[in-house]
Amino acid sequence: MNSISTDICIIGAGPVGLFAVFEAGLLKLRCHVVDALPQVGGQLSEIYPKKPIYDIPGFPDILAGDLVNNLMRQIEPFHPTFTLGERVEGYRKLDDGSFVVTTIDGTEINCKAIAIAGGLGSFEPRKPAIEQLDSFEQGKGVYYMVRDPETFRDQRLVIAGGGDSALDWTIFLANLAKEVTLVHRGTTFRGAADSAEKVKALHEAGKVNLVLSSNVTHVHGNGQLHSVTITANDGTATELPVDSFIPLFGLTPKLGPIEDWGLDLEDNAVKVNTLDYSTSEPGIFAIGDINTYPGKLKLILCGFHEAALMCQGAFKHIFPDKKYTLKYTTVNGVPTL
Amino acid sequence: MTEDVRVYVEEAPGQRTEVSGPTDMGLSLMELLKASGYDIQATCGGMALCGTCHIEVLAGPALDEPSDDELAMLESLPVMSQGSRLSCQIRLTERLDGLVLRLMPQNT
Repeated sequence: MNSISTDICIIGAGPVGLFAVFEAGLLKLRCHVVDALPQVGGQLSEIYPKKPIYDIPGFPDILAGDLVNNLMRQIEPFHPTFTLGERVEGYRKLDDGSFVVTTIDGTEINCKAIAIAGGLGSFEPRKPAIEQLDSFEQGKGVYYMVRDPETFRDQRLVIAGGGDSALDWTIFLANLAKEVTLVHRGTTFRGAADSAEKVKALHEAGKVNLVLSSNVTHVHGNGQLHSVTITANDGTATELPVDSFIPLFGLTPKLGPIEDWGLDLEDNAVKVNTLDYSTSEPGIFAIGDINTYPGKLKLILCGFHEAALMCQGAFKHIFPDKKYTLKYTTVNGVPTL
Repeated sequence: MTEDVRVYVEEAPGQRTEVSGPTDMGLSLMELLKASGYDIQATCGGMALCGTCHIEVLAGPALDEPSDDELAMLESLPVMSQGSRLSCQIRLTERLDGLVLRLMPQNT
């Protein structure tokens, strides 16, 4: 079990969570950042890394991915630590007022304040509507992401989807698995043209089965998956024996466990006091798209502002007797931790 | 002054709710639905990149054909029907008047 000790535990490594590290650093507060995704950047990295953003002050336009890289450079002096690829599950409050935040994989983060910067929530796999699919989850043959490719060595696999993930894993697993069948509802692929070409070449070389204009519609097995039914758009159905079925239809955000933390919520968002973006639980703050208040605008720009005020609030919560005077980076430069 | 356009959201078979919005503000159908209180995430903010504003058009006037980007996004979702569209890609114009749609489940 990993155990980490820090001043602020920031939940969410999107742009607002990353900028909160900077603002906390100016106040000499240490941060640990947790995110369910395996990389930093949140929506910017996951959904539109190559899209330009036009409303970041000082940047007439900047690619989302570049903004994330710049934010990472900006927070380097503060040496934040990260737990990536683990979803936060819950927290408990200790007698001294500090918190222990726990992740789904058992990591514990002891902190004096929590800043929820979870955007629209954690990104969860988009699951196809197939009856009894969930009964084959958790190691019984249905996987929504490839954590360890070795799991699939010498297996018969069916991968479903038409995006980058489906194409990339088809290419990778073709050399590892006994048999790979890629099932796609359409006839063209949304993923990179180069990857689509590679999949077609593997198909022509007999290393990948390509089933287009079709869906996986049923899963079968008794405790363990043993076959899937593939139904073509014309209604023809075929049952195919498999060891694993990997539907890769991208990710969709869910508010997730934070919904059950007992915080005041409104319309699936956390209600905050705009004085310092504190929630209904002292010591827990919420910034960015996950919060709500009168006049809320879901803009990165506004999240940055919220991060600055939140850190002032966190400082006062952590050091109630300490006097803080605002220092300008133009005068004092950027301190290091 | 332009009149508001009216569209109908089918929440259950036979149960339709009218929503209306102005056609002179450059709004998308996604923005109208969000403003009307429907649970649409529209994670990417209307760039046809996330598929979380997926709707099914059930009846009404003919719409412009989807762009390649919209079609590609729809094709990457687990479920797509004949009437599938991304509501962020449909502009609110007078031509939409009388459109009947339903929201697709969020996991599709």
